[in-house]
Amino acid sequence: MTLDGPTLTTLRRRAFDLRIDNLTAIAAAGSGHPGGTLSAMDILQTLFFVEMRQRPAEPHWPERDRFVLSKGHAVPALYTVLAHSGYFSRDLLPTLRHLGSPLQGHPADFLLPGIEASTGSLGQGFSIGIGMALASKLDGDKFRTYVMIGDGESQEGQIWEAAMSAPKYNLDNLCVILDHNKIQLDGSVVEIMNIEPFADKMRAFNWNVLTIDGHDYQQIAGAFAEARATKGKPTFIVAQTIKGKGVSFMEGKVAWHGVAPNKDQLAAAVAELRAAQALIEPADQGGHSGPVGGNA
Amino acid sequence: MAGDGTPAAVASRDAFGDALVRLGEIHPEVVVLDADLSESTRTRKFAKKFPERFFDMGIAEANMLGVAAGLSLAGKTPFCCSFACFITGRFDQVRMSICYSATNVRIVGSHCGVAIGEDGYSQMGLEDIALMRALPTMSIIQPADELETAGAVEYLVEHKGPAFLRTTRQKLDRVNKDGYVFQFGKGVMLADGKDLTIVATGGTVGPALKAAALLAKDGVSARVINIHTIKPIDVDLLAKAARETKRILTVEDHQITGGLGGAVCEALADREPVRVRRHGIPDVFGESGTPEALYQHFKLDAAGIAAVARDFVAGR
Ligand SMILES: Cc1ncc(C[n+]2csc(CCOP(=O)(O)OP(=O)(O)O)c2C)c(N)n1
Repeated sequence: MTLDGPTLTTLRRRAFDLRIDNLTAIAAAGSGHPGGTLSAMDILQTLFFVEMRQRPAEPHWPERDRFVLSKGHAVPALYTVLAHSGYFSRDLLPTLRHLGSPLQGHPADFLLPGIEASTGSLGQGFSIGIGMALASKLDGDKFRTYVMIGDGESQEGQIWEAAMSAPKYNLDNLCVILDHNKIQLDGSVVEIMNIEPFADKMRAFNWNVLTIDGHDYQQIAGAFAEARATKGKPTFIVAQTIKGKGVSFMEGKVAWHGVAPNKDQLAAAVAELRAAQALIEPADQGGHSGPVGGNA
Repeated sequence: MAGDGTPAAVASRDAFGDALVRLGEIHPEVVVLDADLSESTRTRKFAKKFPERFFDMGIAEANMLGVAAGLSLAGKTPFCCSFACFITGRFDQVRMSICYSATNVRIVGSHCGVAIGEDGYSQMGLEDIALMRALPTMSIIQPADELETAGAVEYLVEHKGPAFLRTTRQKLDRVNKDGYVFQFGKGVMLADGKDLTIVATGGTVGPALKAAALLAKDGVSARVINIHTIKPIDVDLLAKAARETKRILTVEDHQITGGLGGAVCEALADREPVRVRRHGIPDVFGESGTPEALYQHFKLDAAGIAAVARDFVAGR
């Protein structure tokens, strides 16, 4: 599968709006996780605007594809993508982490449409996704399930219990994406507790494994298409990403894992993102990337 | 039926396993997960009958709980089974994936209490009620006999929200009458009395009833209440007993910290303050032995409960 030119342009340009809204919400909250939201953003946008079958106006549609954000601390990125997809108003974004807001610091599924599971204790969402995929199989395989995990998160034992169990049930309706940004809270993943060679490990666990650049929309969409076409096995996508992607002073910096930008930092980030966005010519009206659901 | 016409004693794990098969027949949404203990938890019958709806997740309880959560979020009614002690070992998964994710997972913790016997402490569920009680939205049910177990499992198919069902390895004497109807959240008065109320749950209800008979011979009149639903607890029935009998003795095969005894104290402290004696496993580890020897040792058999009750009534 190849994205056409206008679609690609629309996705690339929207990526800057998403990053800006995400950072603005985190700044308004005064706390949050910029690094891991920015590394995940392009994958999330592709999921919700290209890959998944969704009906934002009917969030509990039984046949919708499911997405579980196992690395729950990156939820502002998901909230942003959900808002841009039409699940709820973008006006809600700045209420992130405020008392009474459905936009909790970590996902709470019973508070907000589009959030499929409550996560935040790392290591658990992968298993939940497997349960959803099993349920889909029991009911005639009407929806697919996508899960995103972090590389630091993968040090949790439950990740490997889950990795072992999905191939047993031939869950070819399950696609797990590793946001492989190489940095966790305390430092680099290699130094804290090395998880490499990750792709080899997953292959040894009988997964269909793909490795891509997690900021290249063609590659991301192509991997999802390949996952869909793969029968008999779940697919694991190792997405090579950059923590803090898009904001030069955040990229690759451990310090930006869990600290909100202040006013000046936010302004600098927004200026940089807007300037980069301006370099991309807008697509003609005919862009195929409508609000949601390329396969719907 | 035993020769004398009294119904045979049945372990609640067996009654659970049989109920599951019956309900699986009429409820296609019921699915069962186990962690390599299907022989012990008694899910094997369901596994044989409905292999496509049974998932043996291996010795990986954390993943099993998460998978159960996912199945529930996608519309299934999962019964997720292991020994109670191994479930509590994955408390965070229960807390996050099952409760905070607003699922309808039914966790079945079998092998509760010292009554499992020879295997010893590592396999005994002794802290599960305390932990599950602390979780918002979690309900806790511990049936006292075969009829109650069947009723509870049937009820749980329809229950909204997460629930914990505590089952026993040991056989349980019938304490309820034929035609018994399980009512979620309602305690059951099995015997009336005025000197004290013995509040028991699960495997200690049978011995508590027998203790009441022993006490009657000594002129002590004991009311016996079976609390099968530990959360939400039947405060009204307990408050009435507190008012009318002035003393409450809680009896459970669980730590006295945070279990039925804790729940009763917390419920009554504000509503009908009363003297409560908490009887159970007194903040110590369980140990190996025959179930009978252990119940004698911990004074959870009829004679032991009667002795504790006598002391209580006599002000000792
Ligand atoms: C079980 C658990 N332990 C610790 C934390 C605290 N914590 C939040 S994010 C994080 C680092 C996660 O690293 P990674 O998975 O690589 O996420 P990313 O770099 O993509 O943000 C930690 C330790 C947690 N949320 N859950």
